[in-house]
Amino acid sequence: MAEPTSYRVEMRGVSKTFPGVRALDSVDLHLREGEVHALLGENGAGKSTLIKILTGALERDEGSVLLDGKPVEVHTTAEAQALGISTVYQEVNLIPTLSVTKNLTLGRQPTRYGLISWRKARMMAEERLKRLRLDIDPERPLGYYSVAIQQLVAIARALEDDTRVLVLDEPTASLDAEETELLFQIVRDLKAKGIAVVFITHFIDQVYQIADRISVLRNGRLVGTASTAELPRLKLISLMIGRELEKLGNRPVRAADDTIGAPALEAENLGRKRVMSPFDLTVHAGEVVGLAGLLGSGRTQTAKLIFGAIKPDSGTMKIASKPVGHFSPRGSLQQGLAFCPEDRKADGLIGELTVRENIILSLQAKRGWHHQLSRKDQDRLADDMIKALAIATPDAEKPVGQLSGGNQQKVVLARSLVSQPTALLLDEPTRGIDVGAHAEIVALIRRLCTEGLALLVASSEFDELVAVSDRIAVLRDRNKVAEIAGDEITRENIINAIAHR
Amino acid sequence: MRDRYLPLLATIAVFAALYIAGGMFYPRIFSSLVFGHLLADNAFIIIAAIGVTFVIISGGIDLSIGSMIGFVGVAMASLIQAGWDPVLVLVLVLVFGLLYGAFQGFIIDFCDIQPFIATLSGLFLLRGACFMVNLNSTPIRSPFVSWFNNIYVDLPGGGFLTGGALVMLFMLALAIVIAHYTRFGTNVYAMGGDRPSAILMGMPMRRTTVMIYALAGFYSAVAGVIYAMNTSSGYPLAGNTLELSAIAASVLGGTMLTGGVGLVVGALFGGMILALISTIIIFNGSLNGAWIMIATGFLLFAFIVIQRWIVSSFSSAAKAD
Amino acid sequence: MNTQQMPGSQNQSSFAATLRAALVHNAVWPISVLVLILVVNAIVAPAFFSIRIQDGRLFGSMIDVLYRGTAPAMIALGMAVVIGTKGIDLSVGSIVAVVGSVIAWRIKEGDPHLVILFTALAVGIVCGMWNGLLVAVLDIQPIIATLILMVAGRGIGLMVNLIYGGTDPSFESELLQGLSVGNIGLIPTRLILFVVIFAGLWLLLRRTALGLFIESVGGNPAAAQLAGIPSRLIKFSAYTISGFMTGWAGIILTADVHTSDPVKVAMFSELDAILAVVIGGGSLMGGRIYLGMTLLGALVIQTMVTSILMSGMPPEYNLIIKALLVLIILLLQSNNFRAAVIALLGRRK
Repeated sequence: MAEPTSYRVEMRGVSKTFPGVRALDSVDLHLREGEVHALLGENGAGKSTLIKILTGALERDEGSVLLDGKPVEVHTTAEAQALGISTVYQEVNLIPTLSVTKNLTLGRQPTRYGLISWRKARMMAEERLKRLRLDIDPERPLGYYSVAIQQLVAIARALEDDTRVLVLDEPTASLDAEETELLFQIVRDLKAKGIAVVFITHFIDQVYQIADRISVLRNGRLVGTASTAELPRLKLISLMIGRELEKLGNRPVRAADDTIGAPALEAENLGRKRVMSPFDLTVHAGEVVGLAGLLGSGRTQTAKLIFGAIKPDSGTMKIASKPVGHFSPRGSLQQGLAFCPEDRKADGLIGELTVRENIILSLQAKRGWHHQLSRKDQDRLADDMIKALAIATPDAEKPVGQLSGGNQQKVVLARSLVSQPTALLLDEPTRGIDVGAHAEIVALIRRLCTEGLALLVASSEFDELVAVSDRIAVLRDRNKVAEIAGDEITRENIINAIAHR
Repeated sequence: MRDRYLPLLATIAVFAALYIAGGMFYPRIFSSLVFGHLLADNAFIIIAAIGVTFVIISGGIDLSIGSMIGFVGVAMASLIQAGWDPVLVLVLVLVFGLLYGAFQGFIIDFCDIQPFIATLSGLFLLRGACFMVNLNSTPIRSPFVSWFNNIYVDLPGGGFLTGGALVMLFMLALAIVIAHYTRFGTNVYAMGGDRPSAILMGMPMRRTTVMIYALAGFYSAVAGVIYAMNTSSGYPLAGNTLELSAIAASVLGGTMLTGGVGLVVGALFGGMILALISTIIIFNGSLNGAWIMIATGFLLFAFIVIQRWIVSSFSSAAKAD
Repeated sequence: MNTQQMPGSQNQSSFAATLRAALVHNAVWPISVLVLILVVNAIVAPAFFSIRIQDGRLFGSMIDVLYRGTAPAMIALGMAVVIGTKGIDLSVGSIVAVVGSVIAWRIKEGDPHLVILFTALAVGIVCGMWNGLLVAVLDIQPIIATLILMVAGRGIGLMVNLIYGGTDPSFESELLQGLSVGNIGLIPTRLILFVVIFAGLWLLLRRTALGLFIESVGGNPAAAQLAGIPSRLIKFSAYTISGFMTGWAGIILTADVHTSDPVKVAMFSELDAILAVVIGGGSLMGGRIYLGMTLLGALVIQTMVTSILMSGMPPEYNLIIKALLVLIILLLQSNNFRAAVIALLGRRK
C-alpha cells in the first residue's frame, strides 16, 4: 500500500441502499494520480452507482470520499465539476445539430455587455480542442463528425484546466479499433498530465491495452483491486463472475443425443460492421445452443442479427434449410423463428395491452390481420400459457404493464412460444426472475428441446448455460471465439475460452 | 458553418427565382413601390413567423398565433374606444402577449403537456375571448394610430417603407441578436437539437421553455398590433388560421419542424415567398386565391421532403465517416 | 388515471373504496360532464328534453344533438384510430372541403348520384392514403405530414370549384337531400347511416386483428416490430380509415348546405375531433382506441354546443368553453399539477 496522501481520490467504505437492494456494500476505491483505473463488473455489480456517488449524481449512505487527501462532500454534478471531477458518458451527450464551438461553450459562453462574444468563444473552443490535439473545424456541426470525434469533443467539454479526475463510462462502446486507439492516445496524454482516469468498459482486451490498475465489483462489493500486470485474464474473469474455486456439480442428465434432428437454423458468415464480426452458427432441431459471453460481448447482437431485427451487411441465413431472402422480424417469424428480447420494457411488452393480447400478438401477426384468432382460441392460448408458465396475474385481461418484472418476462416468452416456432431465440430468459421461476424456465427450455424445438439461448449466467446447453458458442468483444460441445461444456472451459487470446 | 446556411440558401434561391419569374411576366414587381408594399402588407405575418421560428427550433409549436393577433386587435379597439391612452393600451396588449405566452410555456413544461395541445387550447381560448369582447368589427380611431400609419421612409425608385415594415425589420434584428448572441438563443437550439443531452448539459429547461413561449407570445402580440393599426380596426375573426401561414413561412425559411435547425432570418424570406406567391397570383387576375393555398402546400411538401432527405443523408454521413 | 382523493371521506372507507373504484373507470368523467350539462339544461331550459313527432319524424333538441353530431362524430372516430397509432390528422377539415367540392363538381357534370357518392368516398380515402404515405413511408412526423394537406386542401377545393367557372357551387340532389334531412320511419336517415358505419368500423377493428395491431404500433413501436407486425402498413391503413370516415362526414356536411364552400366548411373540425378523443379518455400518446368513449366525447361536445345555442348565448362562446374544458382536462391529467394542488390544499389545512 502506498501512502494515502499520494491518492488522488479515496473512497472509503462507501455504501448505498436502494429500496430493497444493497447496491454498494462498504466499497473502497483508490485512484492514483496519473493512472488509468479500469472499473469492471457485470450488470448490477454497482459500477454506475459508485461512479454516480463520485460525480455527485447520487448521495452515499455511508463512507467518505477524499480528494487529494481532503474529505469532500459532493451533492450535485456541478459541485463535482467545480472540484475537478468530470464525467463522459457512453452516449455522446452533446447536441449534434450545434457547431463544435457551441457544444464546447454551451452554458459558459464568454459574454460582453450581456451578448456572447463568438470570437472569444471560438478561441475558448480551439484551446480546448488543442488540449486534446484534435484538429477539426470547430464551426462544423458536431453531427458531421464520426462518433469517435464526438466522443473526444465530449471529453474536451468535460476537461477543465483543473480537472483532477476524469470518468469515462464505456467510451468505446460504439467505436471501432482505430477510433479506440485515437481515444487511447488522448487518455495517455491526460494520464501524463496527472489526471486520474476511471475507465469503465466491457472490453477485456482494452483493459489490458490501457489500464494501469483494475478494480472489480460484484454484487455491490469490491472483490479486488490489482495492477494490470499482476492480474491475468483468467483471474480477472473469475473475479467478475465469482465462485472461481467452487467445483460445480455435473451437468444435469439430459435426453440422448439422438433427439437432435435436421439443422433448423444456419448462419454463415453473418455479421454487421460495428455490431458483430461475421460468424457461423448452426442450431439443430431438438438442440439447445448457448451463447456465452460477458456483458457487451455481442450476445444480444448475435440474436438480433439472426432474427433480422438488426439487418446484417454480410453473410447468409437459412431457416429450416430455406434461405432467408429479406431480413426482417416479420419475415423471420413467418419462416418459423421467434425471438424473446432481453429488454422487455423497451422491446417486448406493449404495456397498455392486456396479458392475453400480448401473448397472442406474434401468432396473430403471423396469421395476418384478417385472420383473427377467435376470442375462444385467444382465451385458451392465454390461459394455457398463464398456467404453463405460472404467470401470476388475476386474469388474462390485466394490462401487462401492471405485472411484476418476472411475470412480464414470462408473458414475452409466452408470446414467442404461442407463435409455434421451429426455432426459438431467447435473450437472457431468466433475467430479473425469482429463483423458483428461474428453475421453471430452465426446465421449460429442456422440455421444449425434447419436443423438437431448436433453441438458441443467450445468457450471462454461465451456470444456467451449462445446465441447459448441448453446445455453447463463446463470444468475446463482438467476435465468436469458440464453440464447446458435449462433455467439454463446463464453466471453466467457457471462462478459458473468453480469457484465451 | 456551410451546412447551416444550406436550407436558407435554398430558400433565398426559391425567393429569387420567384421574384425574377414574376418580374418577367409583371415587370412592376421589380419596382421598389411593389417591394415596399410586399414588406408592408406582410410585416405582421413575418413578425409572427419570427416568433414561431424560436418555438419550432426548440422542438415545439405554437398554434395560438392567429387568435392572439385577433385578440390583440379587438382588445386595442375596445380599450381605445373606451377612452384609454393608446400608448398605454399598446404597452398593455404587448405585456399580455408576453404573459400569456409565458403561461403556455409554463403549463407545457410544468404539466408536461404537448405544445401542440397546450397552444391549441390557447387558440380556442383567445379566439373565444375575441368574441367575448366584441362580436363586430370596431374601428380604431386615434391620433397615435394615424401618426403611425403615416410613417414613410422613402426607398430609391419611388417606393417606401411603412411604419409596419420598419417595426418588422427592427423585430427581425432583435430576434437575430437574441437567437445568435445570447445564451438563451443557443439554449433554444440545444433544446431542439437533443433534449435529453441538453438536460444533462445542465440547461435550465423550465426557464428556457417559459421564455421561448413568452417570446413567441410577445411577437404574436406585436404582429397583432401592426395588423390592427394597418386596418385601423379590431375584428374578432382577424388573423384566423394565420398560425398556419406563420408556421409555413418559418418552414419555407429553412426551419426544421423536428427542431434544432433553422435561422430566424429565414422567416423573412419564407414570409416573402408567401407574399410573392400571392402578389403574382393577384397580378394575374385569372388565377384565384386557391392557388395561394395549393402553392403554399406544395412548397411545404417540397421543403419537408428535402429536409427529411438532408437529415437522413446527414446522419448516414456521420456514421460512414 | 383520473382518480381523485376526496378529503374527509376517509371515515366512510367502504363508501370511499366504491367511489374510488367507480372513479377509476374511464367513462365516469365524460358521463358526469354530460349529466352536468343536461342538469343545467333541465333547470335553464326544460324544453331541451321535449321530443315530438312532426312531418313524420322525430323533432327536439335531443334529436338535434344526434343529428348535428353525426358528422363530427365520424371525424372523431377516424381521429381516434389515427391517435391510436400515436399519430394525429390535422387535415380532416380540408378533406371535407375537397370532398364537398368534388360532389358539387360531379353533380354539375351530371354523374349519377350514387356514383358521386362513391367518388366522394374515394376522394376521402385517397386523401387519407396521401397522409398515410407521408407518415408511414416517408417517415414524416404526423403533425407535419398532415399539415401539408391541411394548408393545401381548401385550396384544392376552391380549384375544383373553378373547373366549372366557380360561379355558383350550389346544387340540388335528391340522394344527398335524403341523407341530410330524410328519415326512415321516424328516425333521421343519417343516424341509421351512422350506426351502420360505426358498426362497420367496430367490426373492422375488433373482429379482425387490425385494432390490436394499431394499438401495438401506437403503444410500443419497437416491440410491435419485433413481434412481427408490419408497422408501416398498419399506420398507412389508420390514415386511410380516417380519410374514409372524413369522406362520409364530408358527404353529410356538404349535403346539409347543398353547396361547396371550401373556405368555411368544417372549420376547426380537427380540433373538435381531437377534443372528442381526449374527452373520451384517449391519450394522445397512442396505444388504445376507444370507439365508444370517443363517441361519448363527441356527444358531450355536441350537447354543449346545442345547449349554448338553446340558451340564447352567442354561438361564439362555444370556443371559450371548449378551451377551458381542454385546459381543465389536461391539467387534471398532469401529475405535477395534481401534486401541486394537493400540496396547496394540505398547506391550507
